[in-house]
Amino acid sequence: MMFDLPFIWAGIIAFSILTYVILDGFDLGVGILFPFASEDQDRDVMMNSIAPVWDGNETWLVMGGGGLFAVFPLAYATALPALYMPITIMLLALIFRGVAFEYRWRTQRWERVWDISFFGGSFIAALMQGIVLGALVQGIEIENRQYVGGWWDWLTPFSVLTGFAVVSGYALLGSTWLIIKTDGELQTRMRKFTWIFAPSTLIFIGIISVVTPFLNPVYFEHWFAFPAIFYTTAVPLLVLYSTWRLYDGLKKKGDFAPFLSSLAIFVLCFIGVGISFYPHIVPPSLTIAEAAAPDSSLLFTLYGTAILIPLILSYTAYAYWVFRGKVDPKEGYH
Amino acid sequence: MPFDLSAELLARIQFAFTISFHIIFPAFSIGLASYLAVLNGLWLWKNELKYLALFNYWKKVFALAFGMGVVSGIVMSYQFGTNWSVFSDITGPVLGPLMAYEVLSAFFLEAGFLGIMLFGRERVGPSLLMFATAMVAFGTLMSATWILSVNSWMYTPQGFLINDVGQFVPDDWWAIVFNPSFPYRLAHMVLAAFLTVAFVVGATGAWHLLKKQAGPATKTMFSMAMWMAAIVTPIQIFAGDLHGLNTLEYQPVKVMAMEGHYDSHPEGAPLILFGIPNSEEKRIDYAIQIPKLSSLILKHDLNEPLDGLDTVPDSDEPPVAIVFWSFRIMISIGFAMLGVGLWSLWARRRGTFYTSKWLHRAAFIMGPSGFVAVLAGWVTTEVGRQPFTVYSLLRTSDSLSPVAAPAVATSLVAFIIVYFFVFGAGAFYIVRLMSKPPSELDTILDDGPLRAAGTTPAIQMKSSDLKANEREQL
Repeated sequence: MMFDLPFIWAGIIAFSILTYVILDGFDLGVGILFPFASEDQDRDVMMNSIAPVWDGNETWLVMGGGGLFAVFPLAYATALPALYMPITIMLLALIFRGVAFEYRWRTQRWERVWDISFFGGSFIAALMQGIVLGALVQGIEIENRQYVGGWWDWLTPFSVLTGFAVVSGYALLGSTWLIIKTDGELQTRMRKFTWIFAPSTLIFIGIISVVTPFLNPVYFEHWFAFPAIFYTTAVPLLVLYSTWRLYDGLKKKGDFAPFLSSLAIFVLCFIGVGISFYPHIVPPSLTIAEAAAPDSSLLFTLYGTAILIPLILSYTAYAYWVFRGKVDPKEGYH
Repeated sequence: MPFDLSAELLARIQFAFTISFHIIFPAFSIGLASYLAVLNGLWLWKNELKYLALFNYWKKVFALAFGMGVVSGIVMSYQFGTNWSVFSDITGPVLGPLMAYEVLSAFFLEAGFLGIMLFGRERVGPSLLMFATAMVAFGTLMSATWILSVNSWMYTPQGFLINDVGQFVPDDWWAIVFNPSFPYRLAHMVLAAFLTVAFVVGATGAWHLLKKQAGPATKTMFSMAMWMAAIVTPIQIFAGDLHGLNTLEYQPVKVMAMEGHYDSHPEGAPLILFGIPNSEEKRIDYAIQIPKLSSLILKHDLNEPLDGLDTVPDSDEPPVAIVFWSFRIMISIGFAMLGVGLWSLWARRRGTFYTSKWLHRAAFIMGPSGFVAVLAGWVTTEVGRQPFTVYSLLRTSDSLSPVAAPAVATSLVAFIIVYFFVFGAGAFYIVRLMSKPPSELDTILDDGPLRAAGTTPAIQMKSSDLKANEREQL
């Protein structure tokens, strides 16, 4: 039963979430780095590096939510009540950062307010996404198709750790993205930030990777059982290789290598989470198969998805292509 | 529990609050996206600068409104799960795929081409910019189509089976998507969005006419808006009537509440124009009514009997007063819109269209009327479905998440504070943008090179000068 519909759908949802994490990752990361810009024009450039694409990036988050509702309604209906607080705070934070893209050009008196709102919203949204990840890894209690835990269960030292890990990781994606999109003094500054956020992210990854297998014996087995260990070892080895490429790219002052290696590290971590979770969609008890909607729902949605996702990827890529290159500080319609 | 409010009531208030705020932005952006596509098309076709001026003017408003729509919309896509998890579990297999299609075919399309539409005039050719603008407009309409199909299914569910764990599961997708109330609701809502924008644009034009600061662009937008008011309002009233007849067929109880018919009328029901619903005594106090007219409107026969709420168990009755009032607000605005539309035609005929102060004042006052009508209409239909989420099949009280009341109370307070602060600021910025008239000079300075167009030589010179200046600065 490797290629049944729920399995395919788990792959599509995982792909959507990964796409979200990567795209909104650097997007939120730019927001996290916002207060460290020294002058107004730098902030304009930083924001304009993502202004034409942020909306598309965030749509992948709606795809994650809408997709879960469509194909794994039980996962949607159990995970979200369990994560009520962090999700709600994340949504509110995304409001503050999302409106800043337009608001800050519409006022001078309150420009600072929307700058802070952009930073604060980005930081808190990233923190909450990390906490959500941590809370899911720790597991969500389900009985009779309902969440049965308390409304503070999500808040633990581990989830706070993953929260800050994601903040650091997004800042890394943001700083390496800005290396591509800027030049001069701002670019030099972003390289410096990468020298801070790359090691901090890797330390977070290290700690979380050591702790996770001991949170749940099942995770331990997924990673260390024989013969799976032959495949799973590849993940940390590839992380090490990507780290080396990141280091090398920074040393040689490359434009693209730091960003691409940071992306690779994110993809590998995501695969790592997948190895721990599979075949569960909401650990420790809800499996992909149990959460799936009936085949008729999965199939009906799959037809359109198979056509539309490649189409979306191509026009998204086109939009990125239109806005390629360094950001011109004088450009923009405001 | 604080405030003695149940988790259910709090969750309902939160949903009503967040969706009411949200619907304002899509209603605005659906209409405005189409208007922008028309303006850009006219600019390409006629090469008159005023259309480009209007495009750039409304583009800024659109960007603000669209941004607010996106962030308030993300909230909606998660709130089904956070607050209505049982509803999500039970209806997910039927409604989820439609929402997924909304994301895939509409949200990505809008978002993907929005950047090009806003920032791309200097980077892509005129036909690609037109394409991007059209895709954004098409995306907003696609989004309306899918979400109204979802919403309509909750009123007129069909094409489903119920499985052994109590979920609705799809049986016939065609029947689900094209459920009986969907075409009417879609037409009614899209027309409402167009009218909403027509009256906002009209009021903006009227304001600048009143202030005596109206150039050709302002006059054009006022004229376009008033044509929309004159032509679309009658169509909307017709569509609304059909929608009402459909509601009578599938959800008679809602119509009883709208009409204020507590009692059955075996010999023809009166049309209650105004009155005060008295839910204790189950009657309309101080009713001003026209005998038998309701039967004529709803059944096209003066003497046709109409059932009242006395035929419905109290536990299945919606809150009558809210539905009764919101329906009357919507209808009154509809006829006021019709009045302004007809007035504008008359003024055009008399040649006072751009000079009649009273017409301009009326059009100005009617500026926000579309939003009020849209909200009133949604309150009528949504509250009229109560006490059910899926009409007659799933009760609101059985749809709720197992989230404790204090958690919901906290999030509700947070939403209220954040929404009023953030969207209040956004509304202020929009009004401030509209308070300045569109100017043709703007077009040249804002958009840099006009290489797209074969415009007048003077303008081409100006824009090439500008380009040269930019180069020097670089």
